[in-house]
Amino acid sequence: MSTGAKKRILREYAECQNDPLPGVKINFDEQNMTKWEILMDGPDQSVYAGGHYKLEINFPNEYPFKPPVVSFKTKIYHPNVSNDDKGSMCLGLLRPEEWKPPNKVISVLHLIRNLLIEPNPDDAIELSIANDYKTNRAEFDKTAKDWVKRYAK
Amino acid sequence: MDSEDEFNSSQVSEDEFMMDADSDAEDDYGVDHDDVGFESQHTDIKPAKHAYEVDFKVCSPEDIEAQQARQVADTSSLLEQPPEATAILFRHFRWNKERLIDKYMDNRDAVLEAAGLSEEAASSPPRIEKVPGFVCDICCDEDPEETFAMKCGHRFCVDCYKQYLRTKIKDEGEAARIRCPGDGCNKIVDSKSLNLLITGDLKERYDELLTRTYVDDKENLKWCPAPECVYAIDCKVRDKELMRVVPTVHCDCGHDFCFGCTLDDHQPAPCALVKKWLKKCADDSETANWISAHTKECPKCHSTIEKNGGCNHMTCRKCRHEFCWMCMGIWSEHGTSWYNCNRYEEKSGHEARDAQAKSRQALERYLHYYQRYANHEQSAKLDKDIYLKTEKKMQQLQNTTGMSWIEVQFLDSASQALQQCRRTLKWTYAFAYYLARNNLTQIFEDNQKDLEMAVENLSEMFEKPVDQLQGLKVEMMDKTAYCTKRRIILLDDTAVNLREGMLDLDVIHEREC
Ligand SMILES: [Zn+2]
Ligand SMILES: [Zn+2]
Ligand SMILES: [Zn+2]
Ligand SMILES: [Zn+2]
Ligand SMILES: [Zn+2]
Ligand SMILES: [Zn+2]
Repeated sequence: MSTGAKKRILREYAECQNDPLPGVKINFDEQNMTKWEILMDGPDQSVYAGGHYKLEINFPNEYPFKPPVVSFKTKIYHPNVSNDDKGSMCLGLLRPEEWKPPNKVISVLHLIRNLLIEPNPDDAIELSIANDYKTNRAEFDKTAKDWVKRYAK
Repeated sequence: MDSEDEFNSSQVSEDEFMMDADSDAEDDYGVDHDDVGFESQHTDIKPAKHAYEVDFKVCSPEDIEAQQARQVADTSSLLEQPPEATAILFRHFRWNKERLIDKYMDNRDAVLEAAGLSEEAASSPPRIEKVPGFVCDICCDEDPEETFAMKCGHRFCVDCYKQYLRTKIKDEGEAARIRCPGDGCNKIVDSKSLNLLITGDLKERYDELLTRTYVDDKENLKWCPAPECVYAIDCKVRDKELMRVVPTVHCDCGHDFCFGCTLDDHQPAPCALVKKWLKKCADDSETANWISAHTKECPKCHSTIEKNGGCNHMTCRKCRHEFCWMCMGIWSEHGTSWYNCNRYEEKSGHEARDAQAKSRQALERYLHYYQRYANHEQSAKLDKDIYLKTEKKMQQLQNTTGMSWIEVQFLDSASQALQQCRRTLKWTYAFAYYLARNNLTQIFEDNQKDLEMAVENLSEMFEKPVDQLQGLKVEMMDKTAYCTKRRIILLDDTAVNLREGMLDLDVIHEREC
């Protein structure tokens, strides 16, 4: 990774510290600054309220010309998070064709937090969960809350 | 240069192509044998011989380059623009000549502006400059020596701008429609700006990708999907015709594919049917999994039988009972007119009353067709395996007996015919699954049965001992020719009926729940 990229990641970390998002904590390791560990609380107004989620943000070598890669380390019932051991997300800003180099990680964190409040079933990675969300909200809410208790406490 | 003549002749054919594409020619594909002028004048376009064949032309990278250059040259004088600017305008309009000319005549300045070619852009071309106090939003550098911005004003340091373009071109393969790196900005990076920022190998790659966009933009052109293949196919079959014509094309690299969907050749089944069938098979893969089993029980003595070759005519090693691997019925009855291996018999006597019985019947029906579809796919692989083994043994035999190479070529032809026929047969079963019964289905099923018998008879010959094969040469060549003939008859009949709308394919609404 170039020194320019490192400089930028450092600067972005400082920005995140100056303007922290509610319920979001970043574990930053200066020895390994291309991998951020994020602790995100399920937003109060969402079905994930009360859950504590561990996420990872990995910066590719080509950062910021390629988007960071986000993965949920805690299991979550969500149309935009893959329901497997990867817990990957790929929508909006996080898509290589959507990402622009001036975009910042802080926007990515905002995006994730907003998706917890309001999932985007039309751009889903888990089609059956998206279908549940669209056609049977009560059932969706129940399962999501159940998963919070089971995996995210 | 000696390309003058070539240039002119291809120009004529190109115009003809354009004209045909523009006229709403619903029936100008297929067997238009009366179009003699077309066939005799343009030897580079392979004329269709059968109802199931379509006109197409294989284009080399040089052909594609020349086509672009010629279109640009033709339009350049009309627009009163230099060729370079005309090429930019063409790309901007995705090589849609009519739209370009329309819009250009309508509002020249707006078009030039949108394509980054305005008078203003000409008088003050984009340039690299130093802007005091500027901070690059990508690398956070303060006061970089060189910065760049297009008219949209999204300014970055030149290093970042270049790196951005490199990523887009090298990693993502983009060219004609790279957007400004500015957050949320959709302005396309114009070629003047690009020329300023990229050089050397990157410029080369960029030009190569521009050629590719030409093919991607043209409705009548498609890349051959074979890996490493550099050819494109020129074919005038349009998307809206795909329910009535299955446009299989043959690339010079040897790959047969469908111009409609670029999947491997799937005649006689139309693209929409193929798509639906493949989805169904994927959805129902678990139900159907047991079918691919390599072993079954002999219907007579119940000893285990393993299938090694592609041929479905089985003989039990133990009791010598001869039966069909597909339906487990007696083989000797298969050639007769009253025996049905391929057709699914609806159980009409006892009507399925309740939902459970209905869904069981639907599943049975599906499995009937799926088994036969999957079996031909698998048999094609087994046929090939056996052929490769046979070929190897024949080579050894050649070395010991001094047989010349050409004498075993018939094996290769037989093997190729088998592969082709099994592929066709495979798709006839997907086709039959969606085919609503009418007075023509019987003919389709008879054709299917005849081809199937011809194929199994040829396939069987590969299982003969290798030292007998030379003596069977004539018989094998006859059987190969017969297979090919049956395939042509089936495809021809089906193509004609499909085009005339005589076959009712239930691919719009789902047949079962
Ligand atoms: Zn920069
Ligand atoms: Zn811009
Ligand atoms: Zn090819
Ligand atoms: Zn197709
Ligand atoms: Zn037996
Ligand atoms: Zn049979």
